[in-house]
Amino acid sequence: MSTFGTLNEDESDLSKEDSKVIRNRSLKLLISLIQPVKKRLYLSFGIGILSQLLRVIGPAIIAYALDTALPAAVNDDQIPLLTAVGGYLLVAVATASMTAFFIRYGARINQDVLLDLRQRMFRHTQKLSVEFHERYTSGRVIARQTSDLDSIRELLDTGGNEMVVSLMFMIFTGGALLILDPQSFLVLMASWIPLYFITRWFIRSARLQYRRSRVASARLIVYFVETMTGIRAVKAFRTEKRNQQKYGDLNEDYRRITKRTIQLFGIFDPSLIFTGSVAMTFVLLFSGSRVIEGELGIGVLTAALLYTRQFFGPIERIAVFYNSYQAASAALEKISGVLEEEPTVPEPEKPAELKKIQGELDFDKVSFNYSNNVPVLPEFSLNIPAGQTIAMVGTTGAGKSTLAKLISRFYDPVLGSVSLDGIDLREISSTDLRRHIVMVTQEAYLFSGSVSDNIALGKPGASAEEVAAAAQAVGAHEFIMQLPDGYDTDVNKRGGRVSAGQRQLISFARAFLADPSVLILDEATSSLDIPSERQVQLGLQTLLKGRTAIIIAHRLSTVAIADRVLVMEHGRIIEDDSPSKLIEGEGKFSKLHKAWRESLV
Amino acid sequence: MREKGLLATLARLIPYAGNTIPRLMLGVLVGIAAHMFALALPQVLRDLVNGLEQNLNLQFLLGSVGLFLLLGASEAILVLLRRWLVLEPGTQVEARMRNHLYEKLQKLPISFHDQWPSGQLLSRSVQDLGLLRRWISFGFVLLIANIVMIAVGLGILFNTHWMLGTILLVSSLPFWVRGFNYQREYGMASRQSQDQAGDLATNVEESVHGIRVLKAFGRGEQAAGVFSRGAKELRMTELRKARLNSNLWLFIIMLPELSIGLSLLAGVYLISSGELTLGGLVSYFATVMVLRWPIESLGFLLAFTLDAKAAVQRFVEVIDQPIDISEEEQLQSIENPVGRLEFKDVHFRYPDAPDKQRDLIDGVSFKIEPGESVALIGITGSGKSTVTSLATRLYDTTSGSIEIDGVDIRKLSFGELRSTIAMAFEDATLFSASVRDNVLLGRPDASEEEFKQALSIAQAEFVYDLPEGVETIIGEEGMSLSGGQRQRLALARAVAAKPSILVMDDPLSALDVDTEALVENALRKVLAGTTALIVAHRPSTVMLADRVALLQDGKITAIGTHSELLNNSEHYRYVISSFDSEKQVII
Ligand SMILES: Nc1ncnc2c1ncn2[C@@H]1O[C@H](COP(=O)(O)OP(=O)(O)OP(=O)(O)O)[C@@H](O)[C@H]1O
Ligand SMILES: Nc1ncnc2c1ncn2[C@@H]1O[C@H](COP(=O)(O)OP(=O)(O)OP(=O)(O)O)[C@@H](O)[C@H]1O
Ligand SMILES: [Mg+2]
Ligand SMILES: [Mg+2]
Repeated sequence: MSTFGTLNEDESDLSKEDSKVIRNRSLKLLISLIQPVKKRLYLSFGIGILSQLLRVIGPAIIAYALDTALPAAVNDDQIPLLTAVGGYLLVAVATASMTAFFIRYGARINQDVLLDLRQRMFRHTQKLSVEFHERYTSGRVIARQTSDLDSIRELLDTGGNEMVVSLMFMIFTGGALLILDPQSFLVLMASWIPLYFITRWFIRSARLQYRRSRVASARLIVYFVETMTGIRAVKAFRTEKRNQQKYGDLNEDYRRITKRTIQLFGIFDPSLIFTGSVAMTFVLLFSGSRVIEGELGIGVLTAALLYTRQFFGPIERIAVFYNSYQAASAALEKISGVLEEEPTVPEPEKPAELKKIQGELDFDKVSFNYSNNVPVLPEFSLNIPAGQTIAMVGTTGAGKSTLAKLISRFYDPVLGSVSLDGIDLREISSTDLRRHIVMVTQEAYLFSGSVSDNIALGKPGASAEEVAAAAQAVGAHEFIMQLPDGYDTDVNKRGGRVSAGQRQLISFARAFLADPSVLILDEATSSLDIPSERQVQLGLQTLLKGRTAIIIAHRLSTVAIADRVLVMEHGRIIEDDSPSKLIEGEGKFSKLHKAWRESLV
Repeated sequence: MREKGLLATLARLIPYAGNTIPRLMLGVLVGIAAHMFALALPQVLRDLVNGLEQNLNLQFLLGSVGLFLLLGASEAILVLLRRWLVLEPGTQVEARMRNHLYEKLQKLPISFHDQWPSGQLLSRSVQDLGLLRRWISFGFVLLIANIVMIAVGLGILFNTHWMLGTILLVSSLPFWVRGFNYQREYGMASRQSQDQAGDLATNVEESVHGIRVLKAFGRGEQAAGVFSRGAKELRMTELRKARLNSNLWLFIIMLPELSIGLSLLAGVYLISSGELTLGGLVSYFATVMVLRWPIESLGFLLAFTLDAKAAVQRFVEVIDQPIDISEEEQLQSIENPVGRLEFKDVHFRYPDAPDKQRDLIDGVSFKIEPGESVALIGITGSGKSTVTSLATRLYDTTSGSIEIDGVDIRKLSFGELRSTIAMAFEDATLFSASVRDNVLLGRPDASEEEFKQALSIAQAEFVYDLPEGVETIIGEEGMSLSGGQRQRLALARAVAAKPSILVMDDPLSALDVDTEALVENALRKVLAGTTALIVAHRPSTVMLADRVALLQDGKITAIGTHSELLNNSEHYRYVISSFDSEKQVII
């Protein structure tokens, strides 16, 4: 199985090679995150080590005070004592200030790394194609950007610099022991053998558990998001109990995995403590027997014991850090997977330069299917001259929206090409493409935020007048003024604050404001009442002058403003002519039109 | 509202801890014991070395080695035990709270969900509860153990000499003063950072749910800009937290050290005046050194605890929300359900409606007889969808009542009400499950026969052509289907529920003329025996119904057959007619 991107994201028990590939990938990401803050990181390590060194001076001053200053003081010489005390106080202030600085400085670095990763993730998911989002689902994107990022935040909070400081401390201590008593040092080194095996066991088991934990947590989030998104249906169809059951199971799964993961650390940590104690015992045994044989002084024995103890002192902190590192790297594995995904609708490397766009569209031997490989659009060619208004009708599921999505490049055709003014869409930068081709999708999605923000999405930075003018043109102004705060009213999530028809009007105003060369309306008026629809169409007549337009609609009222009608069925364009000719003819459209006329009042 | 204190807030966790409290307490005790070992170890070590000096023989050495090993093993076992003991409490509390939150959210009325950004709910369920788990199994235990350790240590110090103990205590005074301010400021920052994290989650969620719009307008970069702004605000808050922490740490590290320095002075004075032995002073320093870590960790644990407090606050904010649409105590049941639906002078306004505005639903009264179907007509935003959601109590009426077979719907259990009425919403609201699960959402135990029948009534036979037929997973919110396909599945779902009252909100808006006609024909058979309320915009949909009710200015201003209304009501003609007086289609 391939490890590319998010393909085997739900697997936890990976083969050795796969695991390695994925680990490298996430390591690379980590390095690229650290790269920009490298210098500052070094500085913070430096300060950390310095403050640690200062703290070691403290005991030395005390020793000096007790050994030298005290007898002197008893002999009425106060100067050494005052020096010692003064020195100690100075060191205290310096250590504390340094640590305080270290905290602020470290937080800055951490937050910068985190911000960088957050932005990268967000931008990247925005870049990825619709196809990716369909497969991956929103819940998982959200999981990656919330709970996974949280694990990384935790890692940063535990402090990589503390880890470096602790390591340095261990090395210094080990070195001191080596100079003092090489034999004890050997004993200490021998303790690295069990340490190695314990750590290896921990890494392997923890990696697996943490991967599982990421998967389980993502499942939980996906389910949560889906329930909350569909809460109306949940209530209306009384699925609360079933959901609770399912969610409870997922939650329990996650709990068990979490528990196992923590348990691993709960074994790892005491094993380290125990190894430390055993090492100390052995040092005591060997050096003690040498003391008995007169080979070693008791002072050296004491010092050796203390050093050994010190050596194992910071190991717990390292273990804690290592544990967070494991958790974070499982998250990094998933995140780096998403970041590795490439848009299936890629940006051109050398975008074509667009001059004045006329808006001619051309399908050249295009065929298309979605990722499930069910053919949707068999090969066809179609030319839409600039400035033409096309009405597209046809049975549901015929492929109208699909065709529209090819024009706005949500997908690329499997074969053939779609071009704008003779330039293949694949060669146009997405900024240019989106400026010239705008589609109002079948599902009118509004973002939470004010009405005017939602309309202004069509043209960032539009003035309040422009927004109001667009709303007026589509007949939305009136109802907007009725809202509690007019244009500043929050439409709530998904535009739940306004009615379905009002949502469509707002989406429509958005497109109106965008002022593109090619406008695609995918059933943009399906939920409108007849008077509003009429008004929209009046607006359309002015709007569409000088633009290419494709209007998909089931209500044939649209046809009247079209220059040309395309009738689709089962992915094929079966009729293509001017409306009057089609109506006069004997084809499908003429029948549809008749039926529709009859249905009218 | 006055903010609750730290303890009162954290006490909200107790019910969730429930039967795991003994384990947790045991964990705390074991943690304290392990700390005591740590306090004792320097002493033991010194005694050992001193002893070895006097008894230079193998026997004593082996004895000491044994003692050492025993001590080391005990410490390891105590740590193992502590970690094992707190596992269950921590994860259980997290899981129980998460389940409870989910349960509560499912119960809370739609009006709550309208107002609460989804990311805020998610971040509570994921980030906040994860934080609480860590706090319980780690922060809480260490906090108590460390405080006990510090208290015992202080005892030892006072025992050495009252003056030395007093120095430490007095020099810690600035810390308490500082800590008081810190607690307030950090508490606010912590709360703010969690709220901002929730806003970010909301932002992410909308950016993926609305990905098609963002793509269609090429506004990904703009959305990223908005997100960045939020992320930067969060960063600022986190930096503020770090600043507060560093100010506190300055004291936490400095004060004990300063007191050691002063003790040095005092100690030498005491020794020279003969009040203290040198050994006493040495053991004083040894103890202070051991206490250094627990004292320093207090800073971190305090911050952790304040984070936990904010998380609990955010959690109970949701948990304490009133459920203003709930089942009554005295439930009634419909004896012989026939499906008569009656609105009696129903008034309704959304909570945020301006005071001066009239009620959105301003005295709606009408009655649908069993088996009858009524179309509800009105201009966009007149309140048709609102009327339908009142009937299933997604919202409750402000005044007036709705009755089914003579029983007020507020007297029915949700189970009964919502199996009596099935809804087809105006937007399909499908789930990323199989076609079958989606269609049988309201009646999972329906037979294969009924399932197929529902599909055929909604003209949803296309599902058999999907790659895996009715078992095909239809993608998030059914996005791998065409608009009309989604709508037909939603319709099939309502039909499959076999309700006695069917409420359909503009059920055919996404269908082409042919399919619409087919669905209508099939639906008519169902509607013959079912009471139905159908929201419609088109004359073709109106044809489904026996009678038409016209919603205008919040009232039903006309009710009758289609042709009656056409003749009598000018507003009806305005809403439904596509012709002007000369019978010319107006574009
Ligand atoms: N994302 C997708 N993945 C897989 N199949 C899809 C996807 N979107 C659409 N389809 C399928 O492609 C076919 C054409 O869909 P399309 O949305 O283009 O239809 P349509 O003509 O717009 O219909 P409607 O009038 O109902 O909106 C349908 O059979 C649909 O099930
Ligand atoms: N959750 C809400 N909170 C506050 N106001 C709302 C809410 N939902 C709808 N409204 C307002 O109530 C009015 C009626 O909305 P409703 O959805 O019932 O209209 P409708 O008749 O179904 O319109 P349409 O034909 O467009 O679907 C609208 O003006 C809308 O702005
Ligand atoms: Mg479509
Ligand atoms: Mg509606």
